[in-house]
Amino acid sequence: MTDAALPTPATNLRQTVEARLKKRHAQEMRFRLYGRMAIIVALAFLAVLLGRIVTQGYSTFIDYQIAVPVHLDASKIDKADPTGANYDLMVANSVLAKLGETDDEFGNKSGKVMEIMSNDLGFQLLKMVREDPSLIGKTITVSGPVKSDAALYFKGQIQRATPEDERKLDNQQLDWMDKLKASGAVTSGFNTGFLTRSDSTEPEQAGVLGAIVGSMMMLLVTATLAIPIGVLAATYLEEFAPKNRWTDLIEVNINNLAAVPSIVYGLLGLAVFINWMAVPRSSPLVGGLVLALMSLPTVIIATRSALKAVPPSIREAALGVGASRTQTVFHHVLPLAMPGVMTGAILSLAHALGETAPLLMIGMVSFVPGVPEGFTGAATVLPVQVFIWENASERGFHERTAAAIIVLLVFMIIMNLAAILVRRRFERRW
Amino acid sequence: MPSQRDDAMAHDTTAPVHIAVDRQHAALPAAPVKIRARDVNVFYGEKQALFDVSLDVPENSVTALIGPSGCGKSTFLRSINRMNDTIPGCKVTGRIELDGEDVNDRSIDPVVLRARVGMVFQKPNPFPKTIFENVAYGPRIHGIASGKTELEGIVESSLKRAGLWAEVADRLHQPGTGLSGGQQQRLVIARAIAVSPEVILMDEPCSALDPIATARIEELIDELRNQYCIVIVTHSMAQAARVSQKTAFFHLGKLVEAGPTGEIFTNPRDSRTQDYITGRFG
Repeated sequence: MTDAALPTPATNLRQTVEARLKKRHAQEMRFRLYGRMAIIVALAFLAVLLGRIVTQGYSTFIDYQIAVPVHLDASKIDKADPTGANYDLMVANSVLAKLGETDDEFGNKSGKVMEIMSNDLGFQLLKMVREDPSLIGKTITVSGPVKSDAALYFKGQIQRATPEDERKLDNQQLDWMDKLKASGAVTSGFNTGFLTRSDSTEPEQAGVLGAIVGSMMMLLVTATLAIPIGVLAATYLEEFAPKNRWTDLIEVNINNLAAVPSIVYGLLGLAVFINWMAVPRSSPLVGGLVLALMSLPTVIIATRSALKAVPPSIREAALGVGASRTQTVFHHVLPLAMPGVMTGAILSLAHALGETAPLLMIGMVSFVPGVPEGFTGAATVLPVQVFIWENASERGFHERTAAAIIVLLVFMIIMNLAAILVRRRFERRW
Repeated sequence: MPSQRDDAMAHDTTAPVHIAVDRQHAALPAAPVKIRARDVNVFYGEKQALFDVSLDVPENSVTALIGPSGCGKSTFLRSINRMNDTIPGCKVTGRIELDGEDVNDRSIDPVVLRARVGMVFQKPNPFPKTIFENVAYGPRIHGIASGKTELEGIVESSLKRAGLWAEVADRLHQPGTGLSGGQQQRLVIARAIAVSPEVILMDEPCSALDPIATARIEELIDELRNQYCIVIVTHSMAQAARVSQKTAFFHLGKLVEAGPTGEIFTNPRDSRTQDYITGRFG
């Protein structure tokens, strides 16, 4: 028998293991605890971030509209040149009439009313009269938003409790607004204007439509350039190019380019596209070009890893029945890699959608009060709109900054969901 | 001595029984040579995988390549239809003739060569497409079928010859990857014969299959041998004995011995062959 030669009898072994067992369990419990804590911290940050944005921004989606009948006094409007008349004053006087007040000789009261009514109402009147001069002399009802400070009062962000000289609106203006609200002249509703208007100097008239359209046009340019070029480059490198020092060098450089700070692409775009190629600055075209450059490395890397994930047996199968290399790649390998390619492409576009820094370099940080006129017209995009509004001094823009972030996040979520759906839908197993 | 045999080789203790059965194939008429290999050397980068291999593969018969792992039998197989071209750093020297034509000649397009020399791989590798599309792919890219009905005819006859038609006739438009392993391997054989090749190369076609599926494939190989020249790489000596008429034994990149299967298994000339088939190494 050789049992005596064994170093540890069974009872000893058990004791040894049990002695350490407690320690091992404790270690495992500790690790799980750390993991949970990490997740809780991450979720807490996310909740704070989203919570802050939503609480700041949701009020933008409620707006207060006023409807007033305005008499278009024929004596005050020149039929030949209706532009010269003071429509804001007419609106203000109509509001005063509704409040049962009359303007004093210095126009103090009408001035105060103009501080709480958006000049959008006056613009509407001018537009109507210009289109149809026969309206002059009649009374028409016009409706539009109240000034953003007034809206902030309705939303509770300007409070009566604040001393009068510390707030923008005095007691009389607050009284008037309460009265107008009580009479039903001011109504609240969903702020469609925020989604159907573009940037404006007046917060109550500012919307994100121009920025949304600008973003979409820019992404269209980015996608049509970055996806085909990136996919073809990756396919060539992965499936056709010889593996040698040159392709290694190219691969290293592509990986490095993916890590280059985005603002550098902005400087490159400024130098190459604007200064050298004379592409109009601030346009969706130049923005799309710059972001396409920025997205290319990501698309190439995603495509290459998707191609790598296609099992070599598929390539052998196709080559084995006599398919050429191009047929093998385009009939079998690339279609199988497509879910991965599309996921990578959509995620890199989502990244491009949120990019701000390079666009500041190419002059997209400008006030654009309308939707862009084509790919070479001046445009702004959502993240830059957020940047512009954040820097604005009017208080009304603060809530709009948060609301624009919400819109941006909604687009991001939609794109990420699309990426997930594409992956789920086309994922194949073999 | 059977008791000294490696465990892994235990199933091959039955080999001699089959050799007895296979004697009938031993007396082969001198079939015309389909593939003639002369002094073939294959290098993977610096490493040489094949040394001066010269082998004749006869028409309308099954030639088995046997030998321990890494002996170069798959390398030799893959150089017949130039699948080695796809491996970076692989270099082939010497002459491999198909009907007297050098397959490595500049005038030979590998696409044409691979249409003439079909291949079946170790792991069943159907395309993740329908059964129909799998079989129709080859004829379609080579433009063999002139119309839809002709293509359907080719698919049907290929599946019939691969012995799979009865099992899949009612689900031709379901994914080929949904079949069982043995069915997938027969589908792959159908895909290979759909382009009417002259030669079919099989690289351990049964190593991923269970014994019943293996038996089915072996039957199929036996049927196909009347129309095609078949070269099969196998690790199972019993299989080589069962399906082949000619056997070539490779060892460390060299062709040790080749001859009629019956002779190789009953009366090997080289002691290494003797040791391998009796399971002393491998």
